[in-house]
Amino acid sequence: MKVSLATPLLSYTGKRRDVEGDGATLAELLADLDRRYPGIRFRLIDEQGGIRPHVRIFVNRVQMRGLDVALAPTDEVQVLQSLSGG
Amino acid sequence: MAASASEKALGAKPATGAVAVLVATRKGAFLLRSDRARRSWKLVGPHFLGHIVHHVVLDPRDRRTLLVAARTGHLGPTLFRSTDLGKHWKESTRPPAFRKAAEGERARVVEHVFWLAPGHPSEPDVWYAGTSPEGLFRSEDGGQTWDPVAGFNDHPRNAEWTPPEINPTPDGPILHSILIDPRDPRHLYIGMSGGGGGVFESADGGRDWKPLNAGCRADFLPDPFPEIGQDPHCVRLHPLAPDVLYQQNHCGIYRMDRPAARWERIGERMPKAVGDIGFPITLHPRDPDTAWVFPMDGTEVWPRTSPGGKPAVYVTRDGGDHWKRQDAGLPRRDAWYTVLRQGMSADAHDPVGLYLGTTGGELWASRNEGARWTCLARHLPKILGVEAAELGR
Repeated sequence: MKVSLATPLLSYTGKRRDVEGDGATLAELLADLDRRYPGIRFRLIDEQGGIRPHVRIFVNRVQMRGLDVALAPTDEVQVLQSLSGG
Repeated sequence: MAASASEKALGAKPATGAVAVLVATRKGAFLLRSDRARRSWKLVGPHFLGHIVHHVVLDPRDRRTLLVAARTGHLGPTLFRSTDLGKHWKESTRPPAFRKAAEGERARVVEHVFWLAPGHPSEPDVWYAGTSPEGLFRSEDGGQTWDPVAGFNDHPRNAEWTPPEINPTPDGPILHSILIDPRDPRHLYIGMSGGGGGVFESADGGRDWKPLNAGCRADFLPDPFPEIGQDPHCVRLHPLAPDVLYQQNHCGIYRMDRPAARWERIGERMPKAVGDIGFPITLHPRDPDTAWVFPMDGTEVWPRTSPGGKPAVYVTRDGGDHWKRQDAGLPRRDAWYTVLRQGMSADAHDPVGLYLGTTGGELWASRNEGARWTCLARHLPKILGVEAAELGR
């Protein structure tokens, strides 16, 4: 499926903002992205499995609060940054 | 500079090579490299522009490996590693992280890595990291992967020492000042600033820990001398006389001479108009009786600026009996910055070079043990950490 990434993550993807990933859930998709782009998951998801405070993940433009979300191959996932101060 | 009696007794040999000053800032890392005379400096950077960098440390065991503790405003914490003095960088493949909490257990998340410490010389790939909130982590592969030090993070009293809801410091409670006894890699000290903080000691490689705070004030608590709850801003152990400990605390400047287990307040001999509050303390690399501090205004509402807007370093050369002001070259007025706890460092030359980075983004240096200061860099971002490192002997 298509995954669109925020600019702070481009150092992991060779500057590509739009990438492909696989997974039947959001958790699986992030694990797949971490295999393709090592280290990217921990910058987004903390060690307890929570989405970090200044990271926002949307599936088909709806913001997700956790990773236990079923995904279909046609879904569009956006990983965006929220405001974080100066 | 003439060697003191204790310096002669310890028989240490000064460094003579080029120096690197590693500057951690709110917006990235900068490296300054000197010539052998420390007269000419070249600024390189920023590395990791836009990252909040709390600490940059060169491994003194190989003089080539750099570790950088970084995060951005959006992304989680990580570490970057270079084995060629910053030409190329790789991210740690498993940065410091607390273990996954069991059901009903306190779930802790590393907000940022605050402090990095190379391990004992006999353990060449070992590093330690201290985090916010307070966690202790260890790497055994040069900083590529990290594991929690369970003896501390899961200590039966850990929840008492690191209460999540009580009195965090403004940027979060932190574990800092990770000190390793050069005689014994299993003998460790840490400092913590947070609700249940203070200095803690382990004699068994981090499996068990005990508070080491007797004699140290906590005047922000009902009991001014509690077992825990103190706020050591910066703790140092002398590398050649490792029974000598100093700390710049929220409540003064202290010294401890082991095996005694009681802190003696040596800052009361500072000028009353200046006081003995500050963040950093730096030791002479060869003389355990010489230490430098950078006082800040800790009166009334705690401005945490240079007292009166007149920045100065103070030095003691007799273990704290006397203090001397060293401000030649520093601004005489209207300088309302301070120096944070890891923002002052010393090289190993003779005379010792001192380096301090201000919250106003200036890097100052002295080639003569504080007698005169010159500004090496201006207009940097807010400086969070400064480490001087020897590139050769």
